Amino acid sequence: MTVTNPARSLAEAAARRGSARFAARAGLSDRAVAWLFILPTMLLLLAINIFPLIWAIRLSFTSLMANLPTPARFVGLDNYVDILTDEDIWANFRVTAHFVFWTIALQILIGLGLALLINQKFRGHSFWTTIILLPMMLSPAVVGNFWTLLFQPQIGPFNYVIGFFTGVAPSSFSMIGSVVLAPWTIVLVNTWMWTPYVMLICLAGLRSIPDYIYEAAEVDRASPLRQFWSITLPMVLPFLMLAVLFQAIQSFVMFDMVNLLTSGGPGSTTETVSITLKRAAFEKWQTGYASALAVILFVTIFGAANVYVRALNWVKQQ
Amino acid sequence: MRMNRSNLSLLCCAGTLAVTLGVSSSAQAEGKSLTMCWAAWDPANALVELDKDFTKATGIEMKHEFVPWTSYADHFINLLNSRSTECDLIIGDSQWIGGAAENKWYVKLNDFFEKNKISMDTFLPATVVGYAEWPKNTPNYWGLPAMADAVGWTYRKDWFAKPELRAEFKAKYNRELEPPKTWDELLEVSKFFTGKEIDGKKVYGSYVFSERGSEGITMGVTNAMYNYGFQYDDPKKPYHMTGFVNSPGAAKGMDVYKELFTCCQPPGLTNAYMQEGLDAFKSGQVAMQMNWYAFFPGLAKDPNVGGDKIGFFKNPAGPAGQFTQLGGQGLSVVAASKDVDDALLYVKWFAQPDIQQKWTDLGGASASKAVLESDAFKKSAPYAPSFVESMGMVKDFWAEPLYVPLMLDMQNRVHDYVVANKGTSQQALDSLVKDWIKVFKQEGKDPS
Repeated sequence: MTVTNPARSLAEAAARRGSARFAARAGLSDRAVAWLFILPTMLLLLAINIFPLIWAIRLSFTSLMANLPTPARFVGLDNYVDILTDEDIWANFRVTAHFVFWTIALQILIGLGLALLINQKFRGHSFWTTIILLPMMLSPAVVGNFWTLLFQPQIGPFNYVIGFFTGVAPSSFSMIGSVVLAPWTIVLVNTWMWTPYVMLICLAGLRSIPDYIYEAAEVDRASPLRQFWSITLPMVLPFLMLAVLFQAIQSFVMFDMVNLLTSGGPGSTTETVSITLKRAAFEKWQTGYASALAVILFVTIFGAANVYVRALNWVKQQ
Repeated sequence: MRMNRSNLSLLCCAGTLAVTLGVSSSAQAEGKSLTMCWAAWDPANALVELDKDFTKATGIEMKHEFVPWTSYADHFINLLNSRSTECDLIIGDSQWIGGAAENKWYVKLNDFFEKNKISMDTFLPATVVGYAEWPKNTPNYWGLPAMADAVGWTYRKDWFAKPELRAEFKAKYNRELEPPKTWDELLEVSKFFTGKEIDGKKVYGSYVFSERGSEGITMGVTNAMYNYGFQYDDPKKPYHMTGFVNSPGAAKGMDVYKELFTCCQPPGLTNAYMQEGLDAFKSGQVAMQMNWYAFFPGLAKDPNVGGDKIGFFKNPAGPAGQFTQLGGQGLSVVAASKDVDDALLYVKWFAQPDIQQKWTDLGGASASKAVLESDAFKKSAPYAPSFVESMGMVKDFWAEPLYVPLMLDMQNRVHDYVVANKGTSQQALDSLVKDWIKVFKQEGKDPS
């Protein structure tokens, strides 16, 4: 049985009449009017997304160096072969994978924990929510510079806090200058900045769970842990998976903060692929090579995101 | 109106004088201006002062565009490549000369030099090769040596003079505590100072370049590698690098640099270049500092560490000789400029011996033999004698059109080994040879 809303039907009929009058006056069909409305957006998308993508694919088969007047030479698949057989590029992918994995793991754990806390009713709830959300409201450039200063071995407060609790001399170690610590440092800062975002998504998930489910569970004398495993987690899971998708893409292409904190160093220990791409494109000016790397990155992210979205849909259906 | 004979003669004389001087009168030059492009650093301030004299002499206003070192190369190379008319004159880095010549970004100056009797023999040979010639060691000039510079060292003279430290050093190494003459001595002295408490503060032995993004660590490590046997290519077979870039001596030089960095660099300075070195030295954090001579006039006058507290020495020797990294730049006329004639007039004016002397007096660094080899200059500042010696032992990085990828490849390989402790020096240099072969092939050269 179809239930119709009389008010909605009237509004739709009026809109149809309005658009029909406009079309009739301009001599355009409904379809033409629809195209007229979406055309600017389509053109904009073509100009700023599709055209550069096609152009980059074209450049990826050339030896173009944008800072030299020498013309581009067609090199076939050479750039792709160079990239895929380059051990250093694979090392950069490993660095990226380490960064993405730990960033997401920590953000999900802490974000969900914070969401569970914030979901409770307590005094000062709004104040603490605002405080927790502050980092994600900052620009990554500000965050990068701010943490660089905090990590400064001589004057940075971070080393003093660590020194206070561990007894290690504050100036004896450098968070962003150490081969061992630097990869964890960028994970730490990214987690600090983006956990609130994950928390918000989780909070939306938690608030979407109807209270009566918990009430029924309590009637059945389910323990809080049991309620978490059987109600909260399954119902928040689609939201968590969405957060993982957003954050994985965001971390995979993370550039500004890493660039400001370590620029990929020391050595290449924190050189994520986005930093490699920037160096190839705008420092070495190997435009053709950089375009090929960009295409590989695009395909990787696009492919992985597609697989992931299918998994997400499957979870939702379950 | 008829002009009488004496008036005519007077006018002819005045005209001849103006042409002879090669300068336009202020009235004629009114409204004219030239833009000089360079890096934003201390000597650029001296140039602004000097250029006031040019304006006074010609009436041509001088505008300046100074860009921080971190974006200096990117910014100006892009301008040159896009045929921008923003700069009329440019003081470009020595490594750009190949690209600038082959891509016709600079005006070739041979005919101009010949016509105006500007001789390259009046400049230090290393600066002519480094800042003016392309191809190297051929009389094809694309610039006038403008800012002579090389890597040198500063040390805390007051710390070296402390009797208790001198006694301790002598007891430990059986020699006097003096500025090091070899890289072995440099290591010893650096290790000696590292961890000492001086003036109530923990200090470190030495500061060396470790910057990764542009050219820093390469400009540092070459000072050790040259002196242990590193060469860019086979002198008999250009671009043939195997066995020269990655020779055992070159690897040893890299090891020595790494040892110095590891033992004696203050913590946190793992991506540090000129300014960080100056800060470390000025704040009393290090006993010795590697840096460019261009900064030494400022350091010599520094109220905290200058005067009697500072000493200078040239890059120490190694088993394969004593060389140092060339810095500095040449003055070139931008081919895309709309005022090439006025820009050439500036070059002619700048090349005059008295202007070269004034340039040095104001805080620049002339490459003129007359200025640098004079007794007056050697006595003018405590760093001057070692500067003159250093300019006689310089070597420079590749100046190929594709010098940027060549530089960044070396930056990556050296930083990975020296700072990030990845692999061995031999592996790093072997990989570097492979990287460079790829770049040269791209450039159409035969590195086999």
